[in-house]
Amino acid sequence: MASRTMAIPSLADVAARGREGEVVDTGTKVDVRGLSCFYGETRALDNVSMRIPAHQVTACVGPSGCGKSTFLRALNRMNELIPSTRVTGSVAIDGQDVYAPEADPVEVRRRVGMVFQKSNPFPKSVFENVAYGLRVNGLAGSRAELEDRVEASLRTAALWDEVQDRLRDSALALSVGQQQRLCIARALAVEPDVLLMDEPASALDPIATQRIEELVYQLKQRYTIVIVTHNMQQAARVSDGTAFFWLGKLVEHDLTSRIFTAPARKLTEDYVTGRLG
Amino acid sequence: MSPRWRGRLSDLVLHGLGLGATLLGLLVLAILLADILRDGLGRLSWDFLTGLPSRRAENAGIFPALAGTVWVIAVTTVLAVPIGIGAAVYLEEYGDRGWWARLIEINIANLAGVPSVIYGLLALGLFVRTLGFGRSVLAGAATLALLVLPVVILASREALRAVPPSLREASYALGATRWQTVWHQVLPVALPGMLTGTILALSRAIGETAPLLAIGALTYVPFAPDGIRSPFTVLPIQVFNWMSRPQEAFLENAAAGIMVLLVLLLGMNGFAAWLRDRCQG
Amino acid sequence: MARTRQDRIEGVIEWALRACAGASVLVTVGILSILSVETFRFLREVSPLEFLFGTVWTPLFFQESFGVLPLVAGTLLVSAIALVVALPAGLLTAVYLSEYAPPRVRRSVKPVLEVLAGLPTVVYGYFALLAVTPFLQQFIPGLSGFNALSPGLVMGVMILPLVSSLSEDALQGVPRGLRDASRALGATRAQTTLGVVLPAAMSGISAAAVLAVSRAIGETMIVAIAAGQQPRLTLNPLVPIETMTAYIVQVSLGDAPTGTLAYRTIFAVGMLLFISTFSLNLVSTWLRGRYREAYP
Repeated sequence: MASRTMAIPSLADVAARGREGEVVDTGTKVDVRGLSCFYGETRALDNVSMRIPAHQVTACVGPSGCGKSTFLRALNRMNELIPSTRVTGSVAIDGQDVYAPEADPVEVRRRVGMVFQKSNPFPKSVFENVAYGLRVNGLAGSRAELEDRVEASLRTAALWDEVQDRLRDSALALSVGQQQRLCIARALAVEPDVLLMDEPASALDPIATQRIEELVYQLKQRYTIVIVTHNMQQAARVSDGTAFFWLGKLVEHDLTSRIFTAPARKLTEDYVTGRLG
Repeated sequence: MSPRWRGRLSDLVLHGLGLGATLLGLLVLAILLADILRDGLGRLSWDFLTGLPSRRAENAGIFPALAGTVWVIAVTTVLAVPIGIGAAVYLEEYGDRGWWARLIEINIANLAGVPSVIYGLLALGLFVRTLGFGRSVLAGAATLALLVLPVVILASREALRAVPPSLREASYALGATRWQTVWHQVLPVALPGMLTGTILALSRAIGETAPLLAIGALTYVPFAPDGIRSPFTVLPIQVFNWMSRPQEAFLENAAAGIMVLLVLLLGMNGFAAWLRDRCQG
Repeated sequence: MARTRQDRIEGVIEWALRACAGASVLVTVGILSILSVETFRFLREVSPLEFLFGTVWTPLFFQESFGVLPLVAGTLLVSAIALVVALPAGLLTAVYLSEYAPPRVRRSVKPVLEVLAGLPTVVYGYFALLAVTPFLQQFIPGLSGFNALSPGLVMGVMILPLVSSLSEDALQGVPRGLRDASRALGATRAQTTLGVVLPAAMSGISAAAVLAVSRAIGETMIVAIAAGQQPRLTLNPLVPIETMTAYIVQVSLGDAPTGTLAYRTIFAVGMLLFISTFSLNLVSTWLRGRYREAYP
């Protein structure tokens, strides 16, 4: 079985590097075991096991169709929204399996925030976009609390200074880069522990991309981040660990520095050096 | 109640209401059809199909109305389809997106929403009184032709739009003119789609009553039409006529007449669906 | 040489096709001019004020009176009843089909709803007069044989597929990304539908609603068969009334001679009907255009 021969990195392997380069063990946040996803008869993800460390940025890379987005959407059970999908295996967040029979997908999605490839603000005001998650989850008791939490989220997403005078304006009037940071603020407002980002900068210009990357770097203090990207340089810049997917399988998961300089497998090396897809 | 439970409850309620509303439509349709079957099935017979109207309900037949419907729809087709397809070809293949094309477009969209009885008034003033068609098959068919024209145009345009542009480019690249491209390449491909849409539009016209009443189509015609100048009646008008009689027996005739009308519609719709499937497959 | 002959043929054909397209404009011009001419002649004999604001409509009686308000009231009453059925039920059907139903259910329900929309209106009239009214009379003692209630309800069912299919198109036009974003925040399907999808589709849904109003006002046979022929200024749905459309049918059946005032009344009423439905259709087209701009 091919998957058996793959490196499933141990906790120590994928421990974080601090700024100075020393290895810090931050513990496992998400523990994925034997995860497979099917769309009808097609197997989009094949027996993936992987430990995602807390308070780190883990990048998922690989050619399109390799299963990296499917993997991301399996972590908060968004896959289920597409008819005829099936998932086997387990995804434990803080030791709790999100696919356990008693687990509530709605609760899972509140704890695991998600930012999408194409910025998708609701056609509502800036304020209402951020307040939406708080309202549907009943997280703000009073109007004042709601306003405080909206402001806090916008500040965390580094957007407050730009929009504090435009809270009542339509979110669609913001620039594309601002819209994407608004979507991040919207995801943060419900206070998730894990933030999933599906190519969050692929539709942005270089300057807006840089702002998102800076933001990702700051956010990992408080959140565990999994980011899907097709941009190798971006993975190298923002992530601590990198997972390389190929044809639905996890080929290699290791420290980003190691993946890009001395990967264990030939396939990984060929891909990161641009010899593959 | 916790927000979690409120969310789940609202999900249940909305799902239930949606399903209920959907079933409401289907249920009413079932009751309506069952009601008509129950009332009319007993009257349906060969004699009913071939008989002439009569003062005695049990002797009355529907033949003149059936023949009238066939006559009127045939003439409607001859009048509306060439003009409708021509207009669609102009708008899709020639239209220069200028003000004239835009005006026609808005106009067609809005005409499709004008109540059918208004077309009856137009026809009354134009065909019956001004042009002197009288209450003939021709007047009735012209009325229905006006009514279905916008629908035929809309359906034909849709079919033309489904023709891949590469086909036109290939034809132009070989030096064909615009009309040669349309006639030899585009129309043959679009024709099944146009026919499907046109048949559906005509099946709508078969059931129309109000515009024909407005031009004064006779409700009592004891003979089948023998030409386009002949007076006529059609199925829905015959049904309407029987329905306005007080005797129970005539109401049974009305139900049986409705069944004939529905079978005719079903046949046309089935033919259109068959045509569409055959050409897609 | 061959080229010029071909060019001439091309030119002739283009003009012929243009004329076909122009025919549709002629229909509008025809409707407008016939209605205007006869309405103008009518208004020379009856003052516009009496016509529009008079409360008694007895043009066929010996004591003529030409106040159109009773017909307008009858039309609005039946339409209101129809919309009370069609708008909520149509919208809920659209929500179910677009957001909840499995694709297989959706594929099989939609054609059946189209059958409902394609039934001849004379069939609905039969159903209202001979099935619904007797059924309702068991529960509502004061219900007349002709009334506004039962044709209104039946008309609501007839318009339901129009509302549901146009609303469903509008809901389907809302980008998937918005639903995903809402669901990813932990919102349920209902919260997503009510909080995000419906508001985003609102202008498309309003276009459907406006078109439904227009369709209800212009519907003829159901009311001509089941609502009665008694123009009266009332909001009581249990008694016979008359709508604008039913009046046109009534006069047509009676065969009013050309040139008489009675003959012209149907054109004046028709003009009123045309103006209301045409402007509603314009509003609907405009709303739909706005929706297409928002989500191309």
